[in-house]
Amino acid sequence: MGILEVKDVGKRFGGLQALGNVNLDVAENTVHAIIGPNGAGKSTLLNCLVGKLIPDTGSVMFDGQSVLGRTPYQINQMGISRVFQTPEIFGDLNVLENMMIPIFAKRDGAFRLHAIENMMDEKDIVEAAEKMLVDMNMADKRYMHAAAMSRGDKRRLEIGMCLAQEPRLLLLDEPTAGMARADTNNTIDLLKQIKDERDITIAIIEHDMHVVFSLAERITVLAQGTPLVEDTPDNIKGHPKVREAYLGEAA
Amino acid sequence: MFGLNKKDTSLLLIVAALVALAPIILNPFPEGSGMAQFNAGYPDLMQRFVIFGIFAIGFNILFGLTGYLSFGHAAFLGAGSYAGMWMMKLLSINVIPAIVFSVIIAGLISLAIGWISLRRSGIYFSILTLAFAQMAFALAASVLTPITGGETGLQTNLNDPRILPGFLGGGSSVDGNIPKPSLFGIEMTSSFEVPVAGWLWTFNWGYYICGIVMLIAFYIAIRIFRSPFGLMLKAVKSNQQRLNYTGLNTRPYMLACFVISGMYAGLAGGLMAAMDPQVGAERMQWTASGEVVLMTILGGVGTLIGPVLGAGLIKYFENIFSKINDNLLHQWFAFLPDGLEDLMVTIIHPFIGKGWHLTLGLMFMAIVIFLPGGLVEGGQRLRKMFGRKSEERAPKTTPAE
Repeated sequence: MGILEVKDVGKRFGGLQALGNVNLDVAENTVHAIIGPNGAGKSTLLNCLVGKLIPDTGSVMFDGQSVLGRTPYQINQMGISRVFQTPEIFGDLNVLENMMIPIFAKRDGAFRLHAIENMMDEKDIVEAAEKMLVDMNMADKRYMHAAAMSRGDKRRLEIGMCLAQEPRLLLLDEPTAGMARADTNNTIDLLKQIKDERDITIAIIEHDMHVVFSLAERITVLAQGTPLVEDTPDNIKGHPKVREAYLGEAA
Repeated sequence: MFGLNKKDTSLLLIVAALVALAPIILNPFPEGSGMAQFNAGYPDLMQRFVIFGIFAIGFNILFGLTGYLSFGHAAFLGAGSYAGMWMMKLLSINVIPAIVFSVIIAGLISLAIGWISLRRSGIYFSILTLAFAQMAFALAASVLTPITGGETGLQTNLNDPRILPGFLGGGSSVDGNIPKPSLFGIEMTSSFEVPVAGWLWTFNWGYYICGIVMLIAFYIAIRIFRSPFGLMLKAVKSNQQRLNYTGLNTRPYMLACFVISGMYAGLAGGLMAAMDPQVGAERMQWTASGEVVLMTILGGVGTLIGPVLGAGLIKYFENIFSKINDNLLHQWFAFLPDGLEDLMVTIIHPFIGKGWHLTLGLMFMAIVIFLPGGLVEGGQRLRKMFGRKSEERAPKTTPAE
C-alpha cells in the first residue's frame, strides 16, 4: 500500500485520450519518477493529483483518502505540495516574506483574519522561515526581491516554500527544465539532501535522464497516456520497450 | 509607537501634523492678494480633501494590495451617504450614529457585491463591480425613490422623527428647513477665524472631525499593510496560483479585503452626509468610481500616503483650477501687447474653468507615462537626486514599499 494510489485514471480532452487507465503506486518515503516522451500525459496526470483537473474515470487516493473533488488548497492541506515547471514564487515580495506565507498557511489553515497584527511580531513564523532559509542555504538572500533571483535560486526558494509546510508528498514537475548544467546539479544535490534528511515521499516528472537516474528509486514510464512499465532504474535502463517508446529508433 | 515601526510612525506623525495645520499650510497667500484664489484652506475644500482621502485609502487597500481593480466603489460611498442621512433623519442629528451606520451598511452591501464579483478576477471582476455600481445608481435614481429621494435626493428636515433624545444633537440651529448636523451640539459648519497679519485662517469643527477620522483610517491602513493579512493580499497580487497551491483559500482573504475597502468608502460617504446634509444619486455614478481610481494611481498605487496625495491633488484641481476664467487670464497677461495677450488667453482657455478635466487628463497621462509609481515615486526620485550623500552614509535598509 503506497501513500499515493492512482487507480484506472482516465482523462479525455475532446477527441484526445490524454490518460487511459493509469495505475500508479507510490510507496512512502521513496523517490518515484514518472518519465515519458512529450505528450505522454505526465503533466495531465500531475494536474489530476493536485486538483487542477478532475479525471473522468478512476480514483486517486492519498494516504487512504480520495483527493478527487477537492480544490488545490484542500489537497495541499492534506499534505501534498507541488513544485511547478517554471518556479512559481511571489516575485513582488522578498525572500523572507515568500518563506513566511506557507508557514502562515500551515498554521492558520485556509483563513485567519489578523488584519491589524504586526507581521514581525509573529516570532514563531519568522523564526521558522529563517530556519528554512538557512536549510536552503539562502539566509544571505532573505531581503532580496524574489523576482530578481536566478532561475536556480527561485527553484530553491520554491522547494523550500513547499518543504516549509512539512508535506508528506512533494510533487515536482520537471524541476530542472530550462536550467543551466550547474543549476541542474545543484537542484539534484538539494533533492538528494531532502530525501536523506526528511521523511518525505517525492514524485518527480522529468525529461532529463541524468536527473531521473541520479534520484529515482522507482520509475514509471508513461507513453500515450498509459503506463508502459514500472521498475527500478537499473531495469528501466535496459528495458527494450522503454528504449523503443522513449528513446526512439535511433537509440 | 502604536505598534508601528519607526518609519511608519514618523509617516503617521507627519500626516497628523499636516492635517492639524492644513488650515494654515493651505492658505499660503494673504487675503486679498492676487494669488488668494489659489488658497485651498477653506472648510468645504479641506473637508473634501480628507473625506476623499479616506475613500482613496480604502480603495488602495483593495487595489494596491491585491491588484483587483474595482470600478464600483462609488456605490459604497453613496450607500454610506444614504445610510448616514437616514440615521440623521430617524435617530438623531448627531453625526456619530450616522457615521457608524454608514460604515455598517456599506460593509453589508460590499459583502453582497464582493461575494458575487470575486468569483472572477481581472477585467471580469472590474466589469462586474461596474455593473453592480451602475445598478445601484439606477435603483437609487428611480425605483428606490422612497428611500433615496430619487433625483431630488435626500435632505434632513425639521419634521423628521429623530427618536433619540434631542440633547444628543444639542441646540443645533436650522438653515432654512434643514437642521445642521452636529456632534453633541457642536455644529459641523461652525468654525472660528483667526486673522494673522494679512492671512485669514479658518479652523472648522467639521474639518477636524473628518481629519481625526482620516488619521484613524490611515493608521488602520498602515496596520493592515504591515499585517500577515496584508502579506496574504500582496501574495494574491503577486502570484495567486502559488497561493492556491500553498493551502490557502484566497476567497475569504479577498472578500475580507473587499468588505474593508467598502467600509472605508461607506465611512467617506457617511462623513460627506454629515458635513453637508444632502445626498443625491449622482454620488453613485460611475464617474465617481473612476475618480477614486485616478486618485489612487496619481498618488501611487500600493503606497500608504499616495492615495491621500492623489485625492488632494484632484480635489484641488476640481475646485481651484475650475474657478479660473478668461477675465482672470486677461488680468494676468495684461503686461503683454494686446494681440499676444489674446493669443495667450485663447491658448490657455481650454485648460481652465470647465476645461480643468483636460488639464487633469494631461497630467494623468504624464504621470502614468513618466512616473508609473505616481506622486510618491516622484517624491522618491527627488529625494534620491538631492539626498544622495545622506543616503550613502546611512546603512542600507530594506525598502518597505
